Amino acid sequence: MNKLPEPKQPEKLIDDKGLRIDGRRLDELRPIKLEVGLLDKADGSAYIEQGKNKILVAVYGPREAHPKHIAMPERAVIRCRYHMAPFSVDERKNPAPSRREMELSKVIRESLEPVVLTDLYPRTTIDLFIEVLQSDGGSRCAGITAASLALADAGIPMKEMVAACAVGKIEGKLALDLSDAEDKYGEADIPVALVPNAGLVTLLQMDGHLTLSEFEQGFTMALEACKTLNAMQREVLKKKYATIKEAAEEREEAEVVA
Amino acid sequence: MSATPQLPPVAKLEQKTVIDLVAKGKRIDERGPESYRPIQIQVGLIEKANGSAQVHLGKSKVLAGIKVQIGTPFPDTPDEGVLTVNAELVPLASPSFEAGPPSEAAIELSRVVDRGIRESKALDMKSLVLQKGKTVQVVYVDIYVLDHDGNLIDAASMAALAALVNSKVSKMEVKGDEVINKGGHHQLPLNNYPVAVTFAKVDRTIIVDPSLEEEQVMNARLTVTIDKNGDICAMQKGGLYGFTPDEVRKAVHMAVGKAAENRARIMAAAKG
Repeated sequence: MNKLPEPKQPEKLIDDKGLRIDGRRLDELRPIKLEVGLLDKADGSAYIEQGKNKILVAVYGPREAHPKHIAMPERAVIRCRYHMAPFSVDERKNPAPSRREMELSKVIRESLEPVVLTDLYPRTTIDLFIEVLQSDGGSRCAGITAASLALADAGIPMKEMVAACAVGKIEGKLALDLSDAEDKYGEADIPVALVPNAGLVTLLQMDGHLTLSEFEQGFTMALEACKTLNAMQREVLKKKYATIKEAAEEREEAEVVA
Repeated sequence: MSATPQLPPVAKLEQKTVIDLVAKGKRIDERGPESYRPIQIQVGLIEKANGSAQVHLGKSKVLAGIKVQIGTPFPDTPDEGVLTVNAELVPLASPSFEAGPPSEAAIELSRVVDRGIRESKALDMKSLVLQKGKTVQVVYVDIYVLDHDGNLIDAASMAALAALVNSKVSKMEVKGDEVINKGGHHQLPLNNYPVAVTFAKVDRTIIVDPSLEEEQVMNARLTVTIDKNGDICAMQKGGLYGFTPDEVRKAVHMAVGKAAENRARIMAAAKG
């Protein structure tokens, strides 16, 4: 197999001032941009940029279950597809779903199941499509954060939104929200999703090497970051409704004038 | 696409019995909340495999076979061999397993076992190289679920580790374009011994090693894989609900002791 030259491994992941390759502190999130309602046909949609991650999420449903036999008599079925675009990574990714994507589709779905009031919509499906347009480490977490927003944008009743963030270990130090290079050359990665008010961890994975005390410290860092992200999610939703309200008021005024 | 699984057809009364017992600190099979079912490990059952092990975890039965073959390394790791873990939920093991392409449960099972072995650096990948960038040994770990009575992750993780410890590979070298047998055998070079410990949350109680009846009523499960030094090398949460942060911390601490006990069992059985 012919292979392109690999991007060079950075010499150091943390510099003398304690800053990371992108200039962040160890406990700092990457710049985040959130948007909702940007797709026309979907019932709900959201977009997230977190570092170089660019992820688009669409929600369709609740809608009639197809094929019918997958329907459940007492609740809605949630279906989820996490998928990476072929151009989202350094080397082109085969568009067919990989084992990794199948596992992530499952854990992402499981991270969102507890907050959706599925028993209100028996015999239906709620379909979530997460398309990673560009991947930069931590895409499952960014996907969960955006998927919660897309569900809310679709007006699907939920207890609250789920936010997710990863913590990892680079050069022996715990660092929040790993980028691609940090994930690749670092020593551990722990993606965490939190339902903040319920205090429930709904996604928890880990690979690498951590002592118990490192885990304890990193886990706490991730939980705090999830709360920060949750506040950002709320802001975006509030902004959406403020815009709708403004538009409605303007229309009303225009009618009065006429 | 991953969909909410269909609820298992379990009578409400039976579900209630299991939940009520756990809430009282008891279990349907009379274990304590923090005990495993009886574990039996046999190695070397499959003569044609390089290594094999069968684990009985209560009534769950999992067979793991190791095959070492010759292949080419991945282009980004020319100086490492290849490790491949696959799991088959064989239809004879459960009425809920069907023949066909691997289900997401099978994929998750194999990936969780794989992560434990890979991330703990259990297998010395560098020593599998016969000719850098060209010829390496490929270690296939195939997990065969024969009877599903719950907690397949722990059973599969134990079977995979026991089979790796049990493996014998003929000594090989590359001469010209050919891989030739030097005669004699060696063990697979192992540096670590990862063991997965799985917890389930039933009602509001954390129990270890859930049986099938308990899995059918659990809110969520958490697997913590512990290496020989008592450090964590992999984790995986599953199920439709979640854990509180304190429940996670409790499980992680409990996993260390349980893993050490099970590792001792595996090593004793694998070395015969």
